[in-house]
Amino acid sequence: MTAGFDQLRQAAEEQWESLTASDTPVITVGTATCGRSAGALDTLDVLRGELAGRDLECRFVEVGCLGPCYAEPLVTVSLPGAATVCFESVNIKAARKIAAYVAGGELPEELAFATIGPDSIPGIPDLMDTPVMKGQVRRVLRNCGVIDPGDIRHSLARGAYSGLQRALELDRDARIEELDRSGLRGRGGAGFPVSRKWKFCIDAPGDTRYIICNADEGDPGAFMNRSLLEGDPHALLEGMIIAGLTIGAAEGFIYCRAEYPLALGRLAVAIEQAEQAGFLGPDALGPGRPFRIKVKEGAGAFVCGEETALIASLEGHRGMPRPRPPFPAVSGLWGCPTVINNVETLASVALIFQHGAAWYAEYGTERSKGTKTFALVGNVKRPGLVEVPLGTTLREMIFDIGGGVSSGHRFKAVQTGGPSGGCLPEDKLDIPVDYESLQEAGTIMGSGGIVVMDERTCMVDFARFFLDFAADESCGKCGPCRLGTRQLLRILEDITQGKGSPSDLELLEGLSHNVMRGSLCGLGATAPNPVLTTLRYFRDEYVAHIEGRTCPALACRDYIAFEIDGENCTGCTACALLCPVDGIAGAKEELHAINAAVCIKCGVCSDTCTFDAVQTVGVSP
Amino acid sequence: MATTNLGPVLSAFERRPESLIPLLQSVQESLGYLPPDVLGTVARHARVPRSRVYGVASFYSQFRFNPVGRHRVAVCRGTACHVGGARFILEQLERTLEILEGQTTEDMEYSLETVACIGCCGLAPCISVNDEVSAKLTPMKVRKQFKKARK
Repeated sequence: MTAGFDQLRQAAEEQWESLTASDTPVITVGTATCGRSAGALDTLDVLRGELAGRDLECRFVEVGCLGPCYAEPLVTVSLPGAATVCFESVNIKAARKIAAYVAGGELPEELAFATIGPDSIPGIPDLMDTPVMKGQVRRVLRNCGVIDPGDIRHSLARGAYSGLQRALELDRDARIEELDRSGLRGRGGAGFPVSRKWKFCIDAPGDTRYIICNADEGDPGAFMNRSLLEGDPHALLEGMIIAGLTIGAAEGFIYCRAEYPLALGRLAVAIEQAEQAGFLGPDALGPGRPFRIKVKEGAGAFVCGEETALIASLEGHRGMPRPRPPFPAVSGLWGCPTVINNVETLASVALIFQHGAAWYAEYGTERSKGTKTFALVGNVKRPGLVEVPLGTTLREMIFDIGGGVSSGHRFKAVQTGGPSGGCLPEDKLDIPVDYESLQEAGTIMGSGGIVVMDERTCMVDFARFFLDFAADESCGKCGPCRLGTRQLLRILEDITQGKGSPSDLELLEGLSHNVMRGSLCGLGATAPNPVLTTLRYFRDEYVAHIEGRTCPALACRDYIAFEIDGENCTGCTACALLCPVDGIAGAKEELHAINAAVCIKCGVCSDTCTFDAVQTVGVSP
Repeated sequence: MATTNLGPVLSAFERRPESLIPLLQSVQESLGYLPPDVLGTVARHARVPRSRVYGVASFYSQFRFNPVGRHRVAVCRGTACHVGGARFILEQLERTLEILEGQTTEDMEYSLETVACIGCCGLAPCISVNDEVSAKLTPMKVRKQFKKARK
């Protein structure tokens, strides 16, 4: 295997070099889901079309997502002898300009985002010096947006499967030892030490073992796993094979959500290529030692992120959790010892074996080692996928990397950990992001979703949003979760609709604690977190709704009305024409008026008005 | 429907209970939804009671028991989209398509649904139409996009 690997790797390096030191132009387009939604496929078509007619041989490479979603579609151009330039927001018009540059025209500097690699161009920053990249350390994401995820040779040339080769040379104890020294903790949310989880599985009695990758990224507002699967699928496969080798599994399953069609496609291609190369198949772990990976599509149930529910789903049942212990490491899939790890965890395992535990633990804090990927989204200027050393503060992430709050509004809160996490106010922004610090503040790291909110978000409504989600996704097996989340939701709905009473806050708190204590699995045990943290940090907003009869954010519909400002209204009729309930009166060039009796508060008028004449005002419900 | 030959779809799967979810996914992929009479066929193939097929199919949000329109419009209700005003997008679509969430237009052209998260949070709010994602939307943009299509 090793001799074969060296040959494979050498061939891959030659192929990669032919691309990085190409004597013809090389153009990459980020065509992950985020790039596509911003129009990357049209951009690619235009580039191909514009350059097809010329006597110029170009190489096009479709890559994953580089991270700065706000700047999609991203295109890089490497001309022979010139610096590689990354262009941002490449729409069709911009694509034509870039095509002209490739064909020998001038560099459209206004579109240039950064240069990549050793060569530079005056006036254009190096990618790692741009504000969005500066504080980042890209390790797990090092290949995303750089390689063609559909070509195993690109991955190989960048080090993939070299960790597996090393792991094959070590014995089991040395592998566990390596993992232990790296300090890697589960990246799915709970932060359990990975080496210990594997050790539990190894120590459990049984002949058959399984490794499962949880790629059912269900947290709304998070897409770290999607990006990694779409941009560098071999990173996951390598980590899974190492896991299989270490715990003694011959079969692994990737449980990936069906909402990620592109990721599923890329995984299928990667698995096929890994089989052809011999990394998977009958002799994957040595002569006569097979290892295979199968992909199972999740069918849309948030609770399947919970280990035992995921196993039930894989076995063909409703995705309902069961009490633990026994933990899956002892009794998991079909009753066999099973390790379940998240996508990023397994990709980190591959890195640890490629570079060594000491290298991995260079970054991070005492108890939270390494780097972590985060989906930085919401009301932030530069939303996207970022990777930072653990211990980086929320402020650094939101303000330095994310560029602060978008659209000129004031920062209000940041939410971490998805529906299981909580909201933190501005004075908590300087806590370091690690497992313990976040927990102390009342929230969790979770899988890495970070949602920034400005003053226009109502925190009561935000808690209601998460409880709506939790109540909807509760599997219904245990009463505290099934009934408790629904009851919490009702109370929150009452408050946001102007029907709250002063005793509600105490009720919310008491009920939250009971739901947390009584629920069978993590879904119910963490579902009240958004309620408790908003009560802890934004209690005044609850009080304002209940006692002050106002929604300070002017977001809850029952607390607002739309009015037309006579100073600004030009009588253009735009709002009147679009009002879905014909609720705006006023002839052309006359002052318009909104009929409050029929208004459904859809906000179309205020979106439409270009004169800032439609204003949102607070009313008592 | 009963005339639909599911043989080729079914035969790709082992006749075991753990094939149930992939089986249902494959059947829905080929028929667009899960008609009631198909559940029995699936049950026999996976060697499980029909009640379990229904139990599983009704548990997961991916499965539908009614036909859907040619264009499946799904509004993302993820956190970033929520903060970005997803409910206004949904309401605008309800008005423009003249159907409510979960419904299909009479001409079977459009279905309107919500999805937990598409994973395009950096470009919120977004929707998908038959798995193709449009991002950075406003109520005005969706109105324009679908008004034209409805004419």
